Order: sequence, then C-alpha cells, then structure tokens
Amino acid sequence: MTPLLQVKGLTKRYGARIGCTAVNFDLFPGEVMGIVGESGSGKSTLLNCLAGHLEADAGSVVFDTRAEGPRDLRAMSEPERRMLSRTDWAFVHQNPRDGLRMGVSAGGNVGERLMAVGARHYGGIRAQALDWLDRVEIDADRIDDRPTAFSGGMQQRLQIARNLVTGPRLVFMDEPTGGLDVSVQARLLDLLRGLVREMGLSAVIVTHDLAVVRLLAHRLMVMKSGQVVEAGLTDQVLDDPQHGYTQLLVSSVLQV
Amino acid sequence: MSDYNFAYLDEQTKRMIRRAILKALAVPGYQVPFASREMPMPYGWGTGGVQVSAACLVPEDRLKVIDQGADDTTNAVSIRRFFEKTAGVATTTKTTEATLIQTRHRIPEEPLTRDQILVYQVPIPEPLRFLEPRETETRKMHSLEEYGLVHVKLYEDIARHGQIATSYAYPVKVEGRYVMDPSPIPKFDNPKLESEAIQLFGAGREQRIYALPPYCHVVSLDFEDHPFVASKADHACDLCGSNSTYLDEVIVDDAGGRMFVCSDTDYCEGRRAAGHLGRLAAPLGQENAA
Ligand SMILES: Nc1ncnc2c1ncn2[C@@H]1O[C@H](COP(=O)(O)OP(=O)(O)OP(=O)(O)O)[C@@H](O)[C@H]1O
Ligand SMILES: [Mg+2]
Repeated sequence: MTPLLQVKGLTKRYGARIGCTAVNFDLFPGEVMGIVGESGSGKSTLLNCLAGHLEADAGSVVFDTRAEGPRDLRAMSEPERRMLSRTDWAFVHQNPRDGLRMGVSAGGNVGERLMAVGARHYGGIRAQALDWLDRVEIDADRIDDRPTAFSGGMQQRLQIARNLVTGPRLVFMDEPTGGLDVSVQARLLDLLRGLVREMGLSAVIVTHDLAVVRLLAHRLMVMKSGQVVEAGLTDQVLDDPQHGYTQLLVSSVLQV
Repeated sequence: MSDYNFAYLDEQTKRMIRRAILKALAVPGYQVPFASREMPMPYGWGTGGVQVSAACLVPEDRLKVIDQGADDTTNAVSIRRFFEKTAGVATTTKTTEATLIQTRHRIPEEPLTRDQILVYQVPIPEPLRFLEPRETETRKMHSLEEYGLVHVKLYEDIARHGQIATSYAYPVKVEGRYVMDPSPIPKFDNPKLESEAIQLFGAGREQRIYALPPYCHVVSLDFEDHPFVASKADHACDLCGSNSTYLDEVIVDDAGGRMFVCSDTDYCEGRRAAGHLGRLAAPLGQENAA
C-alpha cells in the first residue's frame, strides 16, 4: 500500500534555534499518528511544516494525491497546495478563533469550503451544513448564530464540521482538546473517534495529553528538543517506553 | 484657466494614470494600483474619479457629472465647476450629448454609446474586503481565483434576510475571471454594466483603477435557487410615468405624503419634455407651484 504521507528528513530552524530536525515517518490511509512531547519540543512546528503553513529548511513531504499519485509538496505550486488544503486536507487549530470566521454564521462557516469548490445551490449548501451540525452535535436551530455566541466546546465542534464537510482524507490537529474542560474534552474525543472511524480519516494529532493519544492514535511519536526520540504503536510506547524521556512522560502522568 | 495645466493634473501624472487605465482595460476587472495625487477636494468627494476624468479629458469633450443620478447636487456641481475652470471644457446635463460622464452611485438610464466614457467614483474597490481585511490575502485570492468568500457573503444575506439583501455594490464577475465591486450603484444598474461605452473606475484613497472595456461580459453573482434580480421600487415615476427606471422616494409634505421619482433627473426631464406624464406631474413649465 502507498503511504498517504511520506516524511523524510524534515527540518525547520528558526535562525539558530531548532524547530524540528530530521523527522521521518510514513502515514498510511486510515491511520492516526499522535505526536506528544513537552512544550517547545517542536510539535506545532512539525505539524505546520506538514500542512504547508511553514516552509521547511530541508527534507521532503510527499502526499499521495487523488489525481496524480505521490507528489512532493515543495514541488507543488501555491494554487495546487491551497486547493489541496481546501479539499483533501483539514486543519483543526487549538484555538477555534484561528480556524473559524467569527463574523460569519455557523452555517456560513460550514458552507465556506463547499462554496470554495463551486457549490452554488443555497438549499443544498444549507442542507449539508445542517447535516454536519447534527454530526457534531450542534442543534439545528443554532445554524444562523455566530460562533461568538457558542461555548468553547461548540466552537471546536463547529471548526471540525467546517473542516470535514468536503470529505478530506487527511486531518491535521494541533491540540484539538486543549483549553477545554475535562468533561467537554471527553465528549469531543468521543466525537472525533467516531468521525475518524466512520470516514476512514487519516490524521496527525499533536497533543501533550496522553489520554488523547491513547484513545485516538494508532501510532505515536515522542518529541524532545525538536527530535523524535521514540516512535511506535501507541500501546507499545505507552506501556513499555524505551527512551528515558518517554518513561518520565508516562510515569509523570501516572503519578498525577 | 491659464494658471492650471489642462484639467489640473500635470502631463506626467496624466501619463501615469493613462498607463494604469490602459492596463485596467486590458485586464478587465483587475484593480491596477496607481499613485493617487492630492486633489483640491477631500477624499470621499470623488478624487479617484476626478483623476481618471482629468487623464481622459480632451478640449473637445463635453462633460456631464452626476451624483446619485442628479446633476445639481453639491458634489456634482463642484466637480463640474472644477473642470470648467481647469479644463475649460463644455458641460451638459444631457446624457446623450455628453462624451465623458463622471458618476457617483448611478448609471444613466439612457443606454450609453460607443463614443462615450463613464467614469465612476469608487470608495472601496476591494469586493472581498468585508470578510477578509488583509490586503495580502485578498490579493492572493484574486490571483488564484479563490472567490468562495463572495458567496459566503451572499449566503449570509439569505440566511439572515430570506433573500440576497445586498442592494448596492452588488459583486460581479468580469469576463469569467475577476470579481469586481461595481461601486455603490444600485443592483438595478448591474445589467447596464454590459455596455458599448468604456467604463472606468477610480478609487482615490485606495489608489486603484479598474475598468470594463466595451461589450465586456459582466455577471452578477448569485445562487441557482436564489438568482440575481435587478430589483427596483414597484412603482412608476410620479413625474414622467416611466415604470422601467430606478426611483427615489421623496417626502413631499409634513403629512407623510411621498412620491416616487426617477433618480436620473435628465432622463425624467427628457420624458416629460416628450409629453409623458406621471401621476402627480404638472406639464413641464407649469410646475412652479412648489
Ligand atoms: N516563530 C518562531 N520564531 C522563533 N522560534 C520559534 C517560533 N516558533 C517556535 N519557535 C521555537 O521552536 C521550538 C519549537 O516550538 P513549537 O511551537 O513547535 O513547540 P510545541 O511543541 O508546539 O510547543 P507547545 O506544546 O508549547 O505548543 C521552540 O523552541 C520555540 O521557541
Ligand atoms: Mg504547539
């Protein structure tokens, strides 16, 4: 099987400081990769390089496109990359404000990607928006409300609906449950797990919450100081950590 | 008049503006940046349109200036005087006699012809501004033809009002390529954007010129199930009786009495002179009672 994403030697520096360095991994269709590590370890940097928001200094990211098979993102033109990020990719930001249009109704937020790829039937767009609000458990009568009138958890679910409406194959998530109450987190995780399974999504999820990876990720990469220090099947890494840092990470969670 | 160069602007500046105009005509609907000059009038008073007009005028021209369809408002009068003084060109209020028309917020009712130029005063040239304030981003959206946002705006309209409530500055797509703000004309005028005349748009504060060459294809954006309608008040003009023109509602007394009259005053006068009478009209020449 062709990997959906092939990452080789990916490196990003901020001047002299290392963002992430020499990261390698393959992501296969339907697979969820978790990335954990302490603050400043390079998780967001890596994710943003993968999603094309940041330009890497070295290495390659090859995506298996629908039309033309595996292609190096760096060799793609900007219009191609932007088209990809509106259709086959999704990016869920930690802060829903970064991923939503706060001045536009919930329905408009969900409909935007549809309209961006040419949907021109108001009734059809609205029906799809309603369907997606339902799937992320937002009441239909909130469709014309702006996200400013939503709770943090609702905003995050709206952001997910807005991203998934075009049926992407690959979802990037940066701390999707960060900043939410524990009970709200659990509900969101449940929802995400259901959608990932149902849609057969592939995903790269950055978090420093080990419960999130335990629940969602098939495989896990542990980062420290910009480097991947350990990688493997999630249960294996968490139950039998090899690297000293991972051991510390796992035990510190257990002690809490 | 000898104190000024012809039409106020120096020849270098006119050349720069003409280059921008030619580029704008070559790429219909594309906003061409230009180095807008200080004009002896404040921004918001048509400095962009005035500079475009100044760059187009020749001594043989006959100029008409309208503001919301009327030739006699302060804005229209002061711009007309400005060019009478600085260019010495003839002026007129008759659409058919004018060779160059500068306008704010209207397109004349009388179809324009191939030897006319219509110059629009534009306050905000960027049609994507309302949802995306970043200039770098809107520029990228134009260059990559990413126009989904325009439909998000129309979607919001329908969701909120049950129909597309945008009635001025209604966005259009030009020649299947650029999305353009036609300036704050009523959407009733949008069909007239497809014209024999050259149409030039000047935004002074924002330093942009864009254009529609003659016979250019202009489509008002909409949804399949909410098609564009060039709507107007459902009345006939109370003065000339026309029921195919854009109307202003005018309060006529303290008792709440109102009437509907053509916003294009020249067109209305022309019809009355030709003997057409509306509901409240006295025959022309006998209306000094007011
Ligand atoms: N724009 C930037 N300019 C300079 N250095 C940066 C920039 N962004 C990140 N860094 C540095 O790169 C390193 C990795 O940062 P990154 O944001 O990727 O970490 P992270 O793992 O996502 O952290 P957190 O868990 O706090 O979100 C850090 O040392 C950080 O200070
Ligand atoms: Mg981060």
